[in-house]
Order: sequence, then C-alpha cells, then structure tokens
Amino acid sequence: MNPKPKIAVHKFASCDGCQLAFLNAGEKFLELAQLVEIVHFVEAGMVAPDRPVDIAFIEGSISTPEHLDHIRAIRGHSRFLVTIGACATAGGIQALRNLADADEWIAGVYAQPRYIRSLATSTPVSHHVKVDFELWGCPVNTPQVMAAIRQLLFGVMPVDEHDKVCMDCKRSQTVCVMVTQGVPCMGPVTRTGCGAICPRFGRDCYACYGPAENANSLALGRRFEGLGLMPDAVARRFLFINNAAPVFAEAGRRWSGADD
Amino acid sequence: MTDSREVHINVPVMARVEGEGALALTIRDGRIDTLKLQIFEPPRLFEKFLEGRDYEEVPDIVARICGICPVAYQMSAVHALESVFGIPIDGWVRDMRRVLYCGEWIESHALHIHLLAAPDFLGFPNAIAMAEQHADIVRRGLRLQALGNRLMHLFGGRSVHPVGVRVGGFHHAPSPEEVATVVNELRAALPEAEALVYWTASLDLPDDEQSFTCVALRHPGEYPMNQGRLVSSGGLDIDIENFDSHFIELHVPHSTALHALLDGRPYLVGPLARINLNCDRLPESVRRVIAATGVRFPSRNMFHSVIARAVEVLYALIEAIRLLQNYALPKRPFVPVTPRAGSGTGCTEAPRGILWHRYTLNGEGFIRSARIVPPTSQNQARIEEDLRVSLEAYGLERNEQELRLRGETVIRNYDPCISCSTHFLRIHVDRQ
Repeated sequence: MNPKPKIAVHKFASCDGCQLAFLNAGEKFLELAQLVEIVHFVEAGMVAPDRPVDIAFIEGSISTPEHLDHIRAIRGHSRFLVTIGACATAGGIQALRNLADADEWIAGVYAQPRYIRSLATSTPVSHHVKVDFELWGCPVNTPQVMAAIRQLLFGVMPVDEHDKVCMDCKRSQTVCVMVTQGVPCMGPVTRTGCGAICPRFGRDCYACYGPAENANSLALGRRFEGLGLMPDAVARRFLFINNAAPVFAEAGRRWSGADD
Repeated sequence: MTDSREVHINVPVMARVEGEGALALTIRDGRIDTLKLQIFEPPRLFEKFLEGRDYEEVPDIVARICGICPVAYQMSAVHALESVFGIPIDGWVRDMRRVLYCGEWIESHALHIHLLAAPDFLGFPNAIAMAEQHADIVRRGLRLQALGNRLMHLFGGRSVHPVGVRVGGFHHAPSPEEVATVVNELRAALPEAEALVYWTASLDLPDDEQSFTCVALRHPGEYPMNQGRLVSSGGLDIDIENFDSHFIELHVPHSTALHALLDGRPYLVGPLARINLNCDRLPESVRRVIAATGVRFPSRNMFHSVIARAVEVLYALIEAIRLLQNYALPKRPFVPVTPRAGSGTGCTEAPRGILWHRYTLNGEGFIRSARIVPPTSQNQARIEEDLRVSLEAYGLERNEQELRLRGETVIRNYDPCISCSTHFLRIHVDRQ
C-alpha cells in the first residue's frame, strides 16, 4: 500500500482566515486527516516545515526578508504548491502599502521603526516561485480547498472557476443590485466562488475573490462614473482586497490619476 | 559539573496558536534572567491604509485584521463610527449584533478549547491525535464550533470576513424560517454545551494561583459584548473614551505588537477577566452550572480560562436563543446614516478580550486617522509576567522539554491571536 499523501499548510503575512477553511471544516477536517498526512500546519499543532510534501498550501503574502528564503525552501520540497487566498495569490489588502511610502507608514504606526524588519512591498507568492495552482478568495472556503486536494490527488489540475459573480446571481435568480439600486457592484469583473453572498444580501460585491476571466474593468469603471462616482471613488473600488491583481491595479491607477 | 556549564536549546515552533511567535528564555544561576515573548508578525499597517477611506468601507477592511475574530473588529469599528455620527443603536439592530457576536464567541472558543488547548491537558500533540482516543469530545467541540459558524452565516453570509455588517446596522435580515431552523439547532445543543462546561472543569488543570489585574467591559444589565464601561479588578471604572488616560501602549524591540499597560502594570483581558468581573451578570441557569462544577469565579487560577471559555459558549447559546426566539423581520435592518466630522471610540468584547478602536473623520465621512488596540497586544505583558511566575513555581531545575511544554501551555492558555502579527514560534532556552 502506498503511504498517505502528505500536505502542509504554511502561513506568511495574513489574518489566518484562510487556514480556517481547514479548521472550520468540522467533521471534514477529521476525514481529511484520514485521507492525507498533515505534516505541517502550525496552528493545528503539526510542525515540520522542512519535510517534503505532495501539496503545500500557502496562506499570506511575501512581506519580510525571511519570507523570501522560506518560500523558496518550501518550493524546493513540495510537489505541488497551491496558494490560498487573496494575500498569497495577489498580495492581499496589505499590498496597498506598495502604492505608498512604506517606511513612512511604519513610522506612523510604530514608535521605534528601527525595530521593524519588513520589505517595502507585499507581493504574491507567484512573484517569487512557481505556483501550480491559485485558489482565490478572501477568504477561501472549505469546498474550494477540499476539491483542490481531491483533484490534485487524482492527478488532475483543479478546475479553475473563473466565471463572473454575475453568473452566480443569474443562476440563483438574485436581483441585480447595480440595475435595481444603482450601487457600484464589482460583480461584473469579479471571480465567482463565494456564492454571490453580497448581492444576495442586497449589497454591492467588493471583489474579494479577485478578477474574473476577461474582466473588463475599463467598462465597469466608466459605468461607475455613470452612476455618479467621482474618479477617486472608482479607484477605491478597484484598490481594495485584491488591489495588486494586475487588472485591478491598472484600473486603480487610471482612476486615481496615477497614470497622468 | 561546574557552575560555568551552559545549556543552549533551540526547540522549534510554538504550535496551536493563531499566528507565530517565539519565546526567548535565559536561566542563570537557577533563576530566570530574561524572558521575552517575541512576536514578529509582519506589520500589515491597517491603521495607515484606513486613512482616506470612506466610512462605509471600514467594516470590510478591519475584518481582514483577523480571520478568527472578524466580527469583533467590525463591531468595535461600527460602534466607533456611529458615535461620531450620533446614531443610537437599539431594538432589532442591537439585539441581532449581539446574536452575531454570540456566534463568533461560540466558534472561536470551541475552536480554541478543542483544537488548540485541550491537547495540552490530555497529553496529545494535536487534536487529530487526540480524536483517535477522545473522538466524542472532539466531535462535540466541532459540532459546537459549526453552530457558531451557523449564526455568523445567518447574519454575515460566511463566518470568516462576513459581509452583513454596515454602519447603522445590517445589509440584510434573515427570514423568520431560517432563524427558526437555527433556534432549533441551538436548543438541541444546550445539553452538549452544558456537558462541555463540566468536562473542562474535570480536566487535570495545573493549580497555579496568581495575583493579576482583570480588565473588561461592564454593563448595567447584561453580560458585556458591545457596550459598557471599562472596569478593572483594581477599582478602575471609566468611560471607553478615557482609555488613554489610564492605558499606555509601548513599543518593545522583540515584538511587532505594541505592549499595553494599565497604570504602568500588566493586566489581563479575555474570558477569565470578563467572567471574574461580570459573573453576577450571567443568568441564573448558567450560574447554577458553574456552582455545580465546584469552580468559583472570580478565580486567580489562570488555567481556569478554559472553563471560562466553556461557560461563555453555554451563555452565548442561551443568549442567542433568548434574542432569536421571538424573531420578527424589521421594517429596515439598519438606521440611515448621515456622516459628519468628529472623533469616536468603540470598545467591544472580542473572544480574546477588549478591542478598542478610535477614528477621526472629516465632514464627508472619510477616515483621517485610525487607532486600534487589539486584545492580544494588551495581554502580552501579562503573558510574560505569568510565564515568569509559573515557570519558577513549576521548577526551573526541570529539563528543557518539560519547561518548554509548560511554557507553551501557559502561552496557549491565553489563546493569543498573533495573526494580528508572526512566523515561527521558537522556544529558546539559554541556560547559563
């Protein structure tokens, strides 16, 4: 009999919320532990960061000098490397500091900035090592993570769900909040996977799942202007949870006037 | 053997805490020379990127500070902003916020008790290993945790970074049918939550009485969650606005989380502090269960924190049932908001203790400055003090393995949420 496949869950700069896709899974978490050997997952109590694994899940963005060494080491002993969440996949909300003077920000928060070791930028894992698959979402949820594990263990690449949130609204017969309320919903450019929870709650999607396939941010930004948003407000819609995802960053630059 | 013998130990990783940190310990001549709880969580600088944001964006931004207690961050923020705008929060919105918070307490406490803390008290490296011999206990914990998540789903659409909260109330009111289903599940879980309290009280917890100051909110009519005055076991009784007159934050070299002191001394926040200061605010039914355990609050044994968490799980179930049993749809799930300039403070009881926010806004409702004081940074100085006292009481002559495990157990007992900061938790004992 083959030994159980091995998985690891690593944390970088993050809120720990994506790890809860495992720790909040209830009975499924115990089932997972039957199916695979969890060799490294600090919050769950397994500590072996250097052991080779079949799948390494990465939560969090790369934001300190130590992170750079750490992520390369993990890549070196992992068959598949999968990012989970907006931080690991797109740099996270904390990538907003890439647009500012990070040193000045640190000085604004900490009385003794010299004690703080941090890179000037918060970047996605894919800027530093090869990533085999990206799971978008802030946070990712249990079905996403479990499906990816099953598919990788069966030897196929997970299915990339990159439809737009609008598709989910149509499928669930959710009334369009942009059409009926005139709110600046990011659904038309945002990747599905959340279940369209914001429109179903009668509010605007804020793009926590990142850009969808062929996201037309230019057209949506113009539509937002048509709804009465000032350019700065349009920019803030794009410069949010996934601000460093290229298609959102570009729209953000355009409407914040940074391109002028 | 000579007195100049040096022992260097580097044991990797403090597991089962949220985020990463390290403990550096030097023992010299049989006494603790230096002791530092190190937190290196890379700074994410939330307070800076809140500046220039619209007040409406704040609940979705601050949730991202912590995946374990996003509701707490949303609650402290909306209360602070509503105090700037002069919006009274009462009736349906006030009650349902309390229900949402009950969900987060249940989820966070059940997760900590079973997946993070209990393996220490039963002698397992983790909950998966523990489940092989204590399947019923672990499964009961996971069921309660799932129920907490259910409550957060009801009002937030998901339990991590829920999307339902807005300044003034909620985006959405769940239907009476959905609520009725959840109330039935909550009622069915009451015996399990009660059994959980008895089980935590039956654990072989270290008997470690210490002297420490407790700080929590206190409300005239209820166990504190969203509102109250800041009180301490040392007689402090102030409005949350006056936090800065008594509490200071310090930046120490070994931590990216600021240390906080009350009148120059460490203090405790969290479930044990809350129950020590508010036991009389628990309903009779919960107090009867506590009495039957034989444990008395206020308690000076820090390890009674795990019992306090279980009591709060039971209380949160009972409270959510009370608030939901006569549920009716509101006319509107929020109060309309007109922004205005000013400063406002919010302080609520996160699962890990008081979470204090202060915002200054301009007349259009844009954030000009933000300050956030999370519970774990407030507990840091107390954790260091506790480690010093409890390791000395435990016996510094013991071997490194024993000292390391006891040190980790002491730290984990606080349920530190370092994600609002860290990396590898290393225990480094330098014995000289």
